Amino acid sequence: MSLLSINNLSVSFQTDRGVVQAVDQVSFDVDAGETLAIVGESGSGKSVTALSILQLLGDAGTISDGQIVFDGQNLLDLPEKDIRNIRGDRIAMIFQEPMSSLNPVLTIGKQVAEPIWLHRKKTWNEALDQAEELIKKVSIPDARQRLDAYPHQFSGGMRQRVMIAMALACEPKLIIADEPTTALDVTVQAQILSLLKNLTTELNSALILITHDLGVVARYADRVAVMYGGRIVESATAAELYKHPKHPYTEGLMASIPTLDGEPGSRLQTIEGQPPDLLHMPAGCAFHPRCPYAAEICKHAKPSLKEVEANHFRACVGYESIS
Amino acid sequence: MHTFIIRRILALLPTLIFTSIIVFASIRLIPGDVIDLMLAQNDISTGNDRAVIEAALGLDKPIYMQYFLWVGDILQGDLGRSLWQNTPVTEQLALTLPITFELGALALIVALSVAIPIGIYSAMKQDTMGDYIARSFSLLMLAIPSFWLGTLVMVFPSVWWRWAPPLQYTPFLEDPLANLAHMFVPAVLLGLSLSAVTMRMTRTMMLEVLRQDYIRTARAKGLQENIVVLRHALRNCMIPVVTLIGLQAPLLIGGAVILEQIFVVPGMGSLLLEAVFQRDYPVVTGVFLVVGVAILLINLVVDLTYGFLDPKVRH
Repeated sequence: MSLLSINNLSVSFQTDRGVVQAVDQVSFDVDAGETLAIVGESGSGKSVTALSILQLLGDAGTISDGQIVFDGQNLLDLPEKDIRNIRGDRIAMIFQEPMSSLNPVLTIGKQVAEPIWLHRKKTWNEALDQAEELIKKVSIPDARQRLDAYPHQFSGGMRQRVMIAMALACEPKLIIADEPTTALDVTVQAQILSLLKNLTTELNSALILITHDLGVVARYADRVAVMYGGRIVESATAAELYKHPKHPYTEGLMASIPTLDGEPGSRLQTIEGQPPDLLHMPAGCAFHPRCPYAAEICKHAKPSLKEVEANHFRACVGYESIS
Repeated sequence: MHTFIIRRILALLPTLIFTSIIVFASIRLIPGDVIDLMLAQNDISTGNDRAVIEAALGLDKPIYMQYFLWVGDILQGDLGRSLWQNTPVTEQLALTLPITFELGALALIVALSVAIPIGIYSAMKQDTMGDYIARSFSLLMLAIPSFWLGTLVMVFPSVWWRWAPPLQYTPFLEDPLANLAHMFVPAVLLGLSLSAVTMRMTRTMMLEVLRQDYIRTARAKGLQENIVVLRHALRNCMIPVVTLIGLQAPLLIGGAVILEQIFVVPGMGSLLLEAVFQRDYPVVTGVFLVVGVAILLINLVVDLTYGFLDPKVRH
């Protein structure tokens, strides 16, 4: 049985201009110890999906349908108190902006020790001792002194290390990292991701890595789910997806990666058009206005994920009607 | 941190000098001088007497000389003597100032203990009935002048229930309970009027802070909402609130002076009013100078509080 199994999750947001369907009938599984990457451009619903798991959407977002089954329990059925007990303990989250995700007025030590104090019911002193170990683990030198430092004394990369230490504090079974390196320098990105990957492997935790960087996916993910317009359009193992992308959108994404052995002076391939306006989603397949293979049926029929090869899923009616 | 404090204290000096000039000049700019009043009261008006009194009070010297003599005395801890009673101003201040400061401090305690919890509550329950009631109440307190409310509190209960707030002053050290019973009503009135702005500021800042990324991080740790608010949000939202409290210090003292009149509190309010009417220059300047220094010190404390609230200021 999977560690986490999301079935037909739908999330909508109430905005001033109307209701936005940010996530539409999304389903996927994550096995224990596995790394799943969720890929997509801004507005594709990947962050909202991640926030839904811990029900951290805020007042505007509502989970309108679906199940989020973690360790055999549907999290959506649990009262707020039980969800709180899971947050930071069995499921931890790392956010995109290390600059603003740490509290500026609390010491690093206190922030890292807090989940231990909370979930393991340790005294602050015991929790701080463990925090020191965690800070050492994420390769921050002078851990003891750093406990008393404040976030503004740290660089972006260091802060993201602190976020990782905080997420690992209670040895969670699942870590959700929402674009953990997007805000960092390219040179630091690889360090942080390797660190995250190594530590999750060490703990045998599952990792959901949300990113728009296909390079990251290739290097760190076991499996990939590609999202477009609030839906998963393709999912497969990372190697398979790279070698044989089967959805027109994924193909477009792959083709738009610059390669070193490309013809000098040749232009980068792009996907024509703009990502869909969430308030005015195209009928049928959300991708059809940009799709080179779009057929008449794509304008009406909403495609659902079908297994096209072993463990390779695709949502595309156009392909099916051709082949 | 030490150099920060020393620098802040040195920065007070120019302000202090400027304050002393304004205080010294302003009372002398009011039409009608003390000699006229004295002569009128004693019903004598020959030119000779005028010169004698002026010389006796030291008012015959050029005004800048008077200023320098006054400052020279202050540096020796002497604020001069009352022109009418001939008692040292420091002595009169020693009797009245602590009473006014007590009223001010009580009012501040009332203001903060009303404003901050209600501000937080209002932010957490944004756009609910409770929030609307809290905001309407604060608008009402902002709109009603405390002297008018003070008069109502004096008049209506006595008409309806034949009850009036106690008006007999007892020194705190003599009978703390009787003292507080007397101070209670004016302190609450003054505190409520000050709490209005602070409450709205607390609410606005709390709403702002609760939207920050680090609050989401705190929630993702599994913390209860009240710990999120008290440990993670409150200190971040207190910096502007503390600034506001510092800026309200003059209002606090001004309000205390007025309410003292209504509730017969023998603070420096009555001393000041009488001195202004009688053009008792040393008393007026003495009171104003002390108030000025108090306000500067309050704002110094506010600046030092930033260091406590915001680690970036400390380092």
